Amino acid sequence: MWDYSETVKEHFYNPKNAGAVEQANAVGDVGSISCGDALRLTLKVDPENEVILDAGFQTFGCGSAIASSSALTEMVKGKTLDEALTITNQDIADFLDGLPPEKMHCSVMGREALQAAVANYRGEEWVDDHEEGALICKCFAIDDVMIRETIRENSLSSVEDVTNYTKAGGGCSSCHEGIENILIEELAARGEVFVAAHAKGKKKAPKKQEALVSLEMPVAEPAAAEPAPAAPAGMSAFQRIKKIEAVIEEIRPNLQADRGDCELLDVDGKNIYVSLVGACSGCQMAAMTVGGIQQKMIEALGEFVKVIPVDKAKAAAQQQALA
Amino acid sequence: MSDIYLDNNATTQCDPLVVEAMLPYFSEQFGNPSSLHSFGNKVGFALKKARKSVQKLLGAEHESEIIFTSCGSESDSTAIMSALRAQPERRTIITTVVEHPAVLNLCEHLEGEGYTVHRLGVDAKGRLDLEEYKSLLSDDVAVVSVMWANNETGTIFPIMEMATMADEAGVMFHTDAVQAVGKIPIELEDSPIHMLSLSGHKLHAPKGVGVLYLKRGTRFRPLLRGGHQERGRRAGTENVTAIIGLGVAAELAMANMAHENTEVKALRDRLQEGILAAVPNAFVTGDPDNRLPNTLNIAFEYIEGEAILLLLNKVGIAASSGSACTSGSLEPSHVMKAMGIPYTAAHGTVRFSLSRYNTAEEVERVIESVPPIVAQLRKLSPYWGENGPVENPDQAFAPVYA
Repeated sequence: MWDYSETVKEHFYNPKNAGAVEQANAVGDVGSISCGDALRLTLKVDPENEVILDAGFQTFGCGSAIASSSALTEMVKGKTLDEALTITNQDIADFLDGLPPEKMHCSVMGREALQAAVANYRGEEWVDDHEEGALICKCFAIDDVMIRETIRENSLSSVEDVTNYTKAGGGCSSCHEGIENILIEELAARGEVFVAAHAKGKKKAPKKQEALVSLEMPVAEPAAAEPAPAAPAGMSAFQRIKKIEAVIEEIRPNLQADRGDCELLDVDGKNIYVSLVGACSGCQMAAMTVGGIQQKMIEALGEFVKVIPVDKAKAAAQQQALA
Repeated sequence: MSDIYLDNNATTQCDPLVVEAMLPYFSEQFGNPSSLHSFGNKVGFALKKARKSVQKLLGAEHESEIIFTSCGSESDSTAIMSALRAQPERRTIITTVVEHPAVLNLCEHLEGEGYTVHRLGVDAKGRLDLEEYKSLLSDDVAVVSVMWANNETGTIFPIMEMATMADEAGVMFHTDAVQAVGKIPIELEDSPIHMLSLSGHKLHAPKGVGVLYLKRGTRFRPLLRGGHQERGRRAGTENVTAIIGLGVAAELAMANMAHENTEVKALRDRLQEGILAAVPNAFVTGDPDNRLPNTLNIAFEYIEGEAILLLLNKVGIAASSGSACTSGSLEPSHVMKAMGIPYTAAHGTVRFSLSRYNTAEEVERVIESVPPIVAQLRKLSPYWGENGPVENPDQAFAPVYA
């Protein structure tokens, strides 16, 4: 089932302005060939000032087509024709709190019905200038026709180009096969051969927050993904401890704001022992907090260190037992 | 009032007996059937039993002809790819325009790789032209893949006749029988069918298990290579619990076969008669005289299927539609298109598919619920007037199409 917003459902279950307007003086009949939906918009326009006095719709179509039609009639009532024409299909979708990408064409149909009705009122002939094709990229609702036109106009030759020009393929990337197939055809049409990009791992920008790192896990080449921070050369042990303390002090206000706190317990080589108290300890986010502290430490010290949270009470008991 | 489920061609409820049989294999009976020890051994025996049940349901000669897979689609892909790889000199596939995407999309892909694909057309009732079929059978055909029954209309194809024709021409024959198995009796032992796909969740077994029937002696190349499971024909640790569930479901399907073809069929017929009597401008699609006992597909003219489904859903009735808008692909149903149903009717097709769990009360409730929903949507339709379709609907409303 589609993930329709509550507003879409409301306009579908209880559509506003259903039916033809009596004494209409503007009629727009449009359809969307890709899914067979069709819409007749009737308007009653005041000839004096071109204000839309009443609007009604008749729709042969799915839930979102009916909802888009209902929304459109609500949006145009009271507006002048020129004001109404500034409504975009995105405005219709926004009015409905969004439409699934596959259903955006329903809002396009609404806007076109309006253009057609206005043209009809003004005695002009309305020609549809856009063509719909099979939906390729579902993340950004880009269809086959749009991709082909862009490839032709700009002589594109790679999936990356297509993404840069149209956004298609820039999301989940599952449509890359479809885009490649279009490229193969379009390149063949202009006498070229499509060459796919080499397989490559996507280089990610280094993450600032190392999320949910389990610190007890052996960390393989921990600093590899990180551009080596400028190592402050020749830091003495004292300077190093001071730096560590400074980092802890820097983050404490943040933790305290969440009714938590952090305390430095010990430093042993690359291991920095801290205690998390208050709302931080035992919280599911503790690992994330520790990861964040560790990241800051690494940046400040210019070396890899491990931040290890310690249960303070247990640590004290252990020390007593030893003593 | 509980909700009414009339979408059994999409998937079915797991039978409680199936669930009960599966449960121990999630907990104490967790062994790997390939293992020697008792943990594995017991599970191995349970698999054997399930295989026998499926063998019986299909009327297969040998239990080793049953290969468990993960789903109907995997069985279809395995069958077609195997036929191509085992006979590399043959470069043609025959199928139909009304197949499930599991076959159609694979064939389209193979076409892109240089294979020739013949798609048999259908007439207005969804029937194939066997003369056309006969003329296409040749030494270049690697495999014929034709569904036993259509998922949207329930129309049954003359599979035995077609398999015989293929066999006589020396061509491998595969049938996607996911909609037919469990609903109509099947006897493969003396049949010329080489391969058959079935899917567990269409017959009250869980999702995630399917079967490829492979007649002994049929040349075969696995899709998944690796371990020795399924005699090396489908590598990968068996989905033990689901397979055991499918075994029980197969036994239940056998036991309920008569019920399906009498009681369920009677409910379906009552539903059809009740709706058609109350709703004008509605008709049954497909071949009413030759279809699955549980399936009813009605086209409601001048309204759109998704809208019907949403309103049915609101009153607790689950069905499905061949309308473009419900598929996610925006393509109107290829089955309705192939039968030449005009789009003002094709978009308003609703499929009601029943199971042995449906009751006469439920059917009556649906018969009551449908007419007002259709009337409500027709009120919104530009093709509909006060009391019926507007005169010359195609001229009265002729929108500019984008």
